[in-house]
Amino acid sequence: MELLINQVLAGIATGAIYACMALAVVMIYQAIDQLNFAQGEMAMFSTFISWQLMQWGFPYWWAFLITLAFSFAAGIAIERLLFKPLAKAPILTNVAGFIALFAIINSVAGLIWDFTIKQYPTPFGSRPFLGSQLISTHQAGMIGVTVLLLIGLYFFFQFTRIGLAMRAAASLPESARLVGINTSWMIALGWGMAAAIGSIAGMMIAPVVFLEPNMMGGVLIYGFAAAVLGGLTSPLGAVVGGFLVGIFENLVGTYIPGVGNELKLPIALALIITVLVVKPAGLFGRHIVKRV
Amino acid sequence: MTAIQEVVTAAPVVEAVPKKAMTLGFGTSLAMLALLIIVPLFVKNFIIFQLTMLLIYGLAVLALNILTGGSGQFSLGQSAFYAVGAYTSAILMEHANINYALTLPIAGIICFAFGFLFGQPALRLSGVYLALATFALATAMPQLLKLGFFEPWTGGVQGLVVTKPDAPFGLPIGQDMWLYYFTLVVTIAIYIFSVNLLRSRSGRAFMAIRDNEIAASAMGIDVALYKTLAFGVSAGITGVAGGLGAIAVQFVAPDSYTITLAISLFLGMVVGGVGWLPGSIVGSAFIIFVPNIAEGISKGLSGAVFGVLLFLIIFLVPHGARQVALVSQHLIGKLRKN
Repeated sequence: MELLINQVLAGIATGAIYACMALAVVMIYQAIDQLNFAQGEMAMFSTFISWQLMQWGFPYWWAFLITLAFSFAAGIAIERLLFKPLAKAPILTNVAGFIALFAIINSVAGLIWDFTIKQYPTPFGSRPFLGSQLISTHQAGMIGVTVLLLIGLYFFFQFTRIGLAMRAAASLPESARLVGINTSWMIALGWGMAAAIGSIAGMMIAPVVFLEPNMMGGVLIYGFAAAVLGGLTSPLGAVVGGFLVGIFENLVGTYIPGVGNELKLPIALALIITVLVVKPAGLFGRHIVKRV
Repeated sequence: MTAIQEVVTAAPVVEAVPKKAMTLGFGTSLAMLALLIIVPLFVKNFIIFQLTMLLIYGLAVLALNILTGGSGQFSLGQSAFYAVGAYTSAILMEHANINYALTLPIAGIICFAFGFLFGQPALRLSGVYLALATFALATAMPQLLKLGFFEPWTGGVQGLVVTKPDAPFGLPIGQDMWLYYFTLVVTIAIYIFSVNLLRSRSGRAFMAIRDNEIAASAMGIDVALYKTLAFGVSAGITGVAGGLGAIAVQFVAPDSYTITLAISLFLGMVVGGVGWLPGSIVGSAFIIFVPNIAEGISKGLSGAVFGVLLFLIIFLVPHGARQVALVSQHLIGKLRKN
């Protein structure tokens, strides 16, 4: 029993990583109905920016804030320059665009900061949290940040004018335009927010997985799995999905013999396919009905 | 909560390509063929090897083209089918001592079955979801191949070494040259098969599903069957390409078949023009030679150069090589008139 509780706790800790990433994935999906395959790389690049700022002597939280602002602006810039012209293009063209973006960011980051693994500081310390061996203060802090982010997003979408406008633009773009909402800029805003959330995810994850240009590979797949499990249309779902995926991963690793680190990605694959087949809308997602 | 989405206003998955625009004219095809037969006689062995790879990747891109350009489904997971084909051939050759030529149909059939089965759950998915599921398949594949359970056959992380076949009947040509012509024959056979497939009843069914799934099912097309069939055929051809690849490279290892390969094949299709079968070879040339060129422009930035080129193609020639071919055809027509 104690083993179970411990593993669940550890699962929640890893789940926080996936939850952060899934939140960013869902933000983009809300705005443009696409999965951004370059999301992980964007987050990685932002994390490098913050690392560079700290190397130049900025304190952690200043670097954090500047990176957040930078990522927000960069997200909007990418949308305006590269993806706005593709808004009417077939899905396939968009996917090709995401892949191109992935290649560019990954290679540029590799060129600027090279591929050696770097230590990344944590603002929360890495002592055991409340005397538990399985969860450190950093992981606890990460869970806290994720939950805060979720609450912040909830208030933003429910109680601000601009949040309401974004929701309107996402669900019925044409009607939204008729009531005077600039849907095009709402999409850009969605990109900016997704990039900023992604950068938070990156900065939280980096102390755990270490900083290098390929750090996001596995995390992104699990982020996708979490987003799909929670429902691609629900930020709450993404976070719950993230924690569930983390717990699931740990429990499977503990209780099913022969499943260790080497099966990490196949588990994510199985999870994604199972959810898509059994409950395509996810746990909290909206069910989309199509009208011919 | 439910939301209603207008199907009519939604962006299409792929642009509809008219059936006649999917292939080349007879004369052009013959000219291409003659070129492919003659060129290897005049070049070095290494270039012959590269040309062989060009044909092999061309086949893999063609397979994806049938799936996407034909039936309107997506796949970012072709590397998984390629890997299964490669491993099937390698294992049959090295452990069962079966002739290399015979391993190819077996690889094709196994991959067809694998693709057909994977197509079952993928049936319910469309657009981005399918891209996601196949993306996950491609990422998971190397780890599956490394499993200790399969190690007696697959050789685990180490992979398997495959012996290169000699030319039969005592023909006085080198191994590379023989393999090239062997690959060329297989490629032509599969190309003719694909062209005919798309012209057949099944091909029309694929295209009807691509253009409007609901209308297709209203016309009595078994959407589920044809979608999985397209997946199966595509996987089968990719499997043959994988088998040929294993023989040409003489080596299979899990890390040769990562998501990078799947993405390359996908890009090859975009560059060649979605739904234009001859474009597959252009796309294949792009994924084989452009990384080298990019490396030449800037050593560390090859990924970035690759990405920028891709963006240029998306923006300037969204239909890839097909568009270039059409424009040049138009120009030549004009010149003749003058």
